[in-house]
Amino acid sequence: MAKIPAPKTPGLVKGLGVTLKTMGRTMFPARGIKTLIPAPSKGAATVQYPHEKETPAPRARGVIALKEDNCTVCMLCARSCPDWCIYIEGHKEKRPPRREGGRERSVSVLDRFDIDYALCMYCGICVEVCPFDALFWSPEYEYSEWNIAQLLHDKKKLGEWMDAVPEPEPLEIGAEAKR
Amino acid sequence: MTAVTERQQLAYVDAQAADARVNVELETDEGMVLNLGPQHPATHGTLRVTAKLDGEQVVWADVVPGYMHRGYEKLTEVRTYPQVTTLVNRIDWLGSFANEVPFILAAEQLMDIEAPPRARHIRTILFEMARVANIVLFLGDLGVQLGAVTPAFFAFRDREHVLDQIESVTGGRFHPNFDRIGGLKDDLPKGWIADTKAVMVRIRNYCDEIETLLFGNEIFEARTRGVGVIPAEVGMSYGLTGANIRASGVDWDLRRDGNVGLAHDQVDFQVWTHPDGDSFARCWVRLQETREATKIIDQLCDGLPGGPIMAKVPRIIKVPAGEAYVATENPLGVMGYYVVSKGDLGPFRTKIRSASFSNVSIVPWLLRGVYVPDIITILASLYFILGDIDR
Amino acid sequence: MSTLAVSFDAYWLQTVLRTVGVLVAVLLPAGTLVYVFLFKMMSFMQSRLGPMEAGPYGSMQLLAEVGKWIQKEDIVPWRADRRLFALAPYVVVASVFLTYVAVPFGPDAWFTNLDTGIFYILAVSSISVLGILIAGWSSANKYSLLGGLRAAGQLIAYELPMVLAVVGVVIQAGTLNMQGIVMAQAEGEIFGFGGIGNPYIFTQFIGFFIFLVAMQAELTQTPFDMPVAESELVSGYMTEYSGMRFLLFFIAEFASAGAFAAVAATLFLGGWSLPGVDLDADWMNVVGPIVLLVKMMVVAFLVFWVRFTYPRFREDQLQQLAWKVLIPLSLVNILATMALKVAW
Repeated sequence: MAKIPAPKTPGLVKGLGVTLKTMGRTMFPARGIKTLIPAPSKGAATVQYPHEKETPAPRARGVIALKEDNCTVCMLCARSCPDWCIYIEGHKEKRPPRREGGRERSVSVLDRFDIDYALCMYCGICVEVCPFDALFWSPEYEYSEWNIAQLLHDKKKLGEWMDAVPEPEPLEIGAEAKR
Repeated sequence: MTAVTERQQLAYVDAQAADARVNVELETDEGMVLNLGPQHPATHGTLRVTAKLDGEQVVWADVVPGYMHRGYEKLTEVRTYPQVTTLVNRIDWLGSFANEVPFILAAEQLMDIEAPPRARHIRTILFEMARVANIVLFLGDLGVQLGAVTPAFFAFRDREHVLDQIESVTGGRFHPNFDRIGGLKDDLPKGWIADTKAVMVRIRNYCDEIETLLFGNEIFEARTRGVGVIPAEVGMSYGLTGANIRASGVDWDLRRDGNVGLAHDQVDFQVWTHPDGDSFARCWVRLQETREATKIIDQLCDGLPGGPIMAKVPRIIKVPAGEAYVATENPLGVMGYYVVSKGDLGPFRTKIRSASFSNVSIVPWLLRGVYVPDIITILASLYFILGDIDR
Repeated sequence: MSTLAVSFDAYWLQTVLRTVGVLVAVLLPAGTLVYVFLFKMMSFMQSRLGPMEAGPYGSMQLLAEVGKWIQKEDIVPWRADRRLFALAPYVVVASVFLTYVAVPFGPDAWFTNLDTGIFYILAVSSISVLGILIAGWSSANKYSLLGGLRAAGQLIAYELPMVLAVVGVVIQAGTLNMQGIVMAQAEGEIFGFGGIGNPYIFTQFIGFFIFLVAMQAELTQTPFDMPVAESELVSGYMTEYSGMRFLLFFIAEFASAGAFAAVAATLFLGGWSLPGVDLDADWMNVVGPIVLLVKMMVVAFLVFWVRFTYPRFREDQLQQLAWKVLIPLSLVNILATMALKVAW
């Protein structure tokens, strides 16, 4: 006996089913016994910022931190910035020689290192190009200001961001670079 | 007696003239001029479409791009290669990584360097993820243009996971700035492959949901079938590329037919075409391409070779003199960079062949005789990004 | 009562009380509909939570919005026809208020008990078409003009299926009086079983379906929202309106959704009556409005569920649906009702 094909539900009805199903999933997200307790806050795909916050990935480009001890005022970062938002000033100082009778060493001292986050494109060229590992990325992103002039972070503030720099994370299998 | 100021006089004359203009417009055969102006919910950005309407039917239409011109080609003349890579992310801002790829490939061609196989693989994975992110948003936006508000939210909800994956590798959700001459900036973090495959399952579910909610809907079919039909020869003569031309039956895809330096030759994938050439065909082809892209990513994730992520390149990169043109199958169509180098730190001149500029050129031809709602359907189905049109 | 200085039945006192009552009857369901369906149901269907900040779970959001709209600058376009521009929102709102006047909320809780109740309601709900046309024309904006003209065509086209769908109910009830229709449903029997009365949704299911579709079109909700096609006409006839004027349009939109839902609930679901309850009791005057509100929400759920799911029709497809599908279907429904009423 030939099977009578089931009547096809019109697309209009199936579409209604999709929205109803999504509404059901949002309102009653729990599975198992607790299914019937409405809990939309957990079922929704959104996060109630600023009451709840999501943590970004460790590599997320939030803010740039400066480790002043490593900086030799080579100006590579300022030169390679596409927006020219890094302002560096430094001077050379004389230090006593390492050995007796040797030449006096001259050391570059950093006077001013500002990054203007109103201009920064968050591209990361400065961090990548620094030969002395003085700049680091941090996923910290909550530094909005009421006054645009406050977005110019000076040396001290950039040093404070160092606390937010995460440890380098382990890499996927097959990677050769060392961490 | 109060004196009428000059300002009031001018205002009165102006109002009368405006009335007269509208009356003339409404009574001539050419029709009323409607400006789907630079600020409009339907035009994906600041595109201006000027249409002459006879009632609700378009008699004549023209496209006025340029409201978002940022001077990319001039900018590249005064930037170094890493800086250009950063800027170029922002041309097609939804298909983030896909913008960098042709430029870097052109520079590598000039330097005669090949990226190591692992870098090529990961480049292709990120390239296809850019395609997924871009077209998932297209499918959601398609609903909004046609009046259904819900698909857009599903699109953002599921696209978020793709962006999270891109962020965990590159650090940026929208502007990865990850491609480098000779390879990639960094390697994948631990656990990324498994997470990406889970995300691709989610995207496939989303495609199924959209197919039920939007494509299976009789109202959607009534709005898009037979609307904006582009015959294959006309499409090719206007320079349409990507899903637009594949929806008119032309079987051409640079991932399979071109030989750029990506890893598409190592995966099995199908190029989807549709014979109709109407709006429904364009949207349908893109839906299938998204599903295909998820399968490509799965295959690439399975077959990822080990090895270095960067070839041997000097610290300060000076690309030798020469010219190179590389075009790839970006989410919007074919995007190509023609790089002229004089041996400097940066390119001497870059010509950016962007997909949307050519895609939009067919709009005046296509809009003759359609109704006003169909204008929106056609613009939505052609799918352009303003940054791509205007650069 | 006669010991009071003023009699409770004094005409002016009754007028004042009923006016205040109709304001409450209009604004309360409108607010409930906006909160439950627009803010919460739409959000849950889109995997998000909707407004949560104003008040617990965002319940005060509507008040916050009202406050926001009231304090906005009143912008009238330079070339707009000022008087008509100002008049349009009030015409639309007036039409909604007039509709609520004839809907019964309980055995004695009604504003007026017209003998031609449903006829009056259908007539008066068409006044909003005028308001929309006035808004579209007087805004001096080509988008508004397009929206207004589309609205004229659509709303007039869908009046007919609505009226014809109602005719079936009237034939079955035997009266145009709204209270009479409620009583006929409450006291009727289905094949001899009188437990739940005879809500006309069972026998008039075609009529109910047509009424819902026509209602969706009259409220210019998706899939029939060509006049306010957001992605084409920005806001259609409402584009140039801001501040208090827009608030009036907004209230009118949801209040008329409530009004039509109340009418549908009265015609097809049994109105304020509950099965198995004494219909003349005094406490039904308090419970009746609540029952009607619940039934209104059921109907409104269907309307908004469809609104958030479907894309919109093009006007020619819209008109084809009205003239070629709904009107013949409703005529068939009337014929069938007539035949079966005589047979039974």
